[in-house]
Amino acid sequence: MSQQKDLKKYWRTNLKYLVLLLSIWFTVSFLFGIILVDALNAIRLGGFKLGFWFAQQGAIYVFVILILVYIKLMNRLDKQYNVNE
Amino acid sequence: MTLQVWTWILVGITFSLYIGIAIWSKASSTKDFYVAGGGVSPLANGLATAADWMSAASFISMAGIISFNGYDGSVYLMGWTGGYVLLALLLAPYLRKFGKFTVPDFIGDRYYSNVARAVAVFCALIVSFTYVAGQMRGVGLVFSRFLEVEINTGVLIGMVIVLFYAVLGGMKGITYTQVAQYCVLIFAFMVPAIFISIQMTDTAIPQIGFGSKGTDGVYLLDKLDGLHRDLGFHEYTSGSKSTLDMLFITAALMVGTAGLPHVIVRFFTVKKVSDARKSAAWALIFIAVLYTTAPAIALFSRTNLIETVSNVEYEKMPQWFTNWEDTGLLVFDDKNKDGIIQYVGDAKRNELTIDKDIMVLANPEIANLPNWVIALVAAGALAAALSTAAGLLLVISASVSHDLIKKMIKPTISEKGELRAARLSAVVAVIIAGYFGINPPDFVAATVALAFGLAAASFFPAITMGIFYKKMNKEGAISGMVVGIVLMLFYMLKFKFDWFGGGSKEDWWFGVSPEGFGTIAMLVNFVVAIVVSKFTPDPPVEVQELVETIRIPSGVGKAQDH
Repeated sequence: MSQQKDLKKYWRTNLKYLVLLLSIWFTVSFLFGIILVDALNAIRLGGFKLGFWFAQQGAIYVFVILILVYIKLMNRLDKQYNVNE
Repeated sequence: MTLQVWTWILVGITFSLYIGIAIWSKASSTKDFYVAGGGVSPLANGLATAADWMSAASFISMAGIISFNGYDGSVYLMGWTGGYVLLALLLAPYLRKFGKFTVPDFIGDRYYSNVARAVAVFCALIVSFTYVAGQMRGVGLVFSRFLEVEINTGVLIGMVIVLFYAVLGGMKGITYTQVAQYCVLIFAFMVPAIFISIQMTDTAIPQIGFGSKGTDGVYLLDKLDGLHRDLGFHEYTSGSKSTLDMLFITAALMVGTAGLPHVIVRFFTVKKVSDARKSAAWALIFIAVLYTTAPAIALFSRTNLIETVSNVEYEKMPQWFTNWEDTGLLVFDDKNKDGIIQYVGDAKRNELTIDKDIMVLANPEIANLPNWVIALVAAGALAAALSTAAGLLLVISASVSHDLIKKMIKPTISEKGELRAARLSAVVAVIIAGYFGINPPDFVAATVALAFGLAAASFFPAITMGIFYKKMNKEGAISGMVVGIVLMLFYMLKFKFDWFGGGSKEDWWFGVSPEGFGTIAMLVNFVVAIVVSKFTPDPPVEVQELVETIRIPSGVGKAQDH
């Protein structure tokens, strides 16, 4: 029974990570790259307008980082709950 | 050496490499054939996934589309990479834990129903066939331009090569050829980009050159915005699409990416759950190299193109201009008979029509790069098209031999018989794909983008709810998938092919284009599935237990046994 409870907790933590990471995913692409693009374009990043940069470069870099962070978090979580292979 | 000799040499070398790998990695069991034995390393799987994913569309068309549409092209950049975040976080680890061979396998088992399995097979076949026809056309295009053979001969050569290594090696052969193909295609994509970046900005890294000043001290992006304004095009860094449509198209491409069977199935090939996560990261890193370079190429080639042709005498056009005119993909129509090329935004005065697909292929020639670089691009484009075609053909053959024959029609079939059936259906699939490559129906180009909408509308909700919503039952999932794909097909046929009374842009529902409609169809799929499941019995206890086990990484070995 306690193992059952543990697994429930494992799953809940997993879901918490997903919500956190997916909100960042949403923010850099849909929010910065599309919805707020005009406002961000007023800011310059070298030769780039910031909104344009997010849409064509920045979002992609953040996506890569998100997956790497996810791997780190999950490997730690798996170990903690002893469900790693 | 001439360009043609270089191209034959590079294409010859890369093709022999693919064949060599295929012979070395022959499949001897169905497990080899479907999932490469299930022991591929995360790094190799990441490379293979990247090649599998990056098709002729990514390699040839995408930079061209961005080049012509500027900011509007961002939907492809964000959409086709952001989908990997969904794949890594929501699908790959759990499907790996589930540990079968195909996507319909998961749908059929999770929803304890052969009807669900059949619906999934139907969706997988529609998505994969629309996609594969476009790849074959890409192969034909490269052959006809660079090797001056008939498009049809080009398609036939491509068919024979794919046939050879897909039929012989199955997933195992495909995986290792895809690793080689990634190396070829990324090298081919980066070399000209680096050359041109140095030419235009003194920076070797295209991603930085993208935001740098040109030789005249003006930021390249500002300069291009200025050129666009002067010629009457809409500004390069701002869009012409509505915000809502941008959102929906991006979402449809992301979710579609995560729902494409030929991508998902790659995650069945690794050893354990943590490897599935790792290979998703590798895949996105390898993809990001090309995807962050593509918009830089788009900017460079657009600027180069305008500077080369705009207000210049037709007589002074370089060789590449006439070469592409011969293919009919570049057309000059001297409307005011002054012998000078007017390339402007106003359709009435504009005299130059350029097919978007030629930008990446013509780019090295426009920038006067050496012949071997141009030949390399041809070899890279072929690698991109062939690797994706092979991945898709495998999905088609597994759908037939495994999901239809083994799981539904004749469960008693022997291992050997199933392997033979898999090879045979791969042969048939190659022939059908080749037919579409030789006789491309008008709808091919239009439907490749829509394949994503179809995948988003059908698979994504069924798979994610299968993992994250234990109470989702077969009635809900089946009705969701059916309503989703039918709605998407209806919208696509109505607004792209003028069926059901047709309609123009003004008639789009909520102003959403057919490319973005996959998002709506997906949402409808979710709603229908949830509502129906509330009024029908819960899934059996065993199925709920199955969901519990796929949520936990440990014990992969057990889940694998059939």
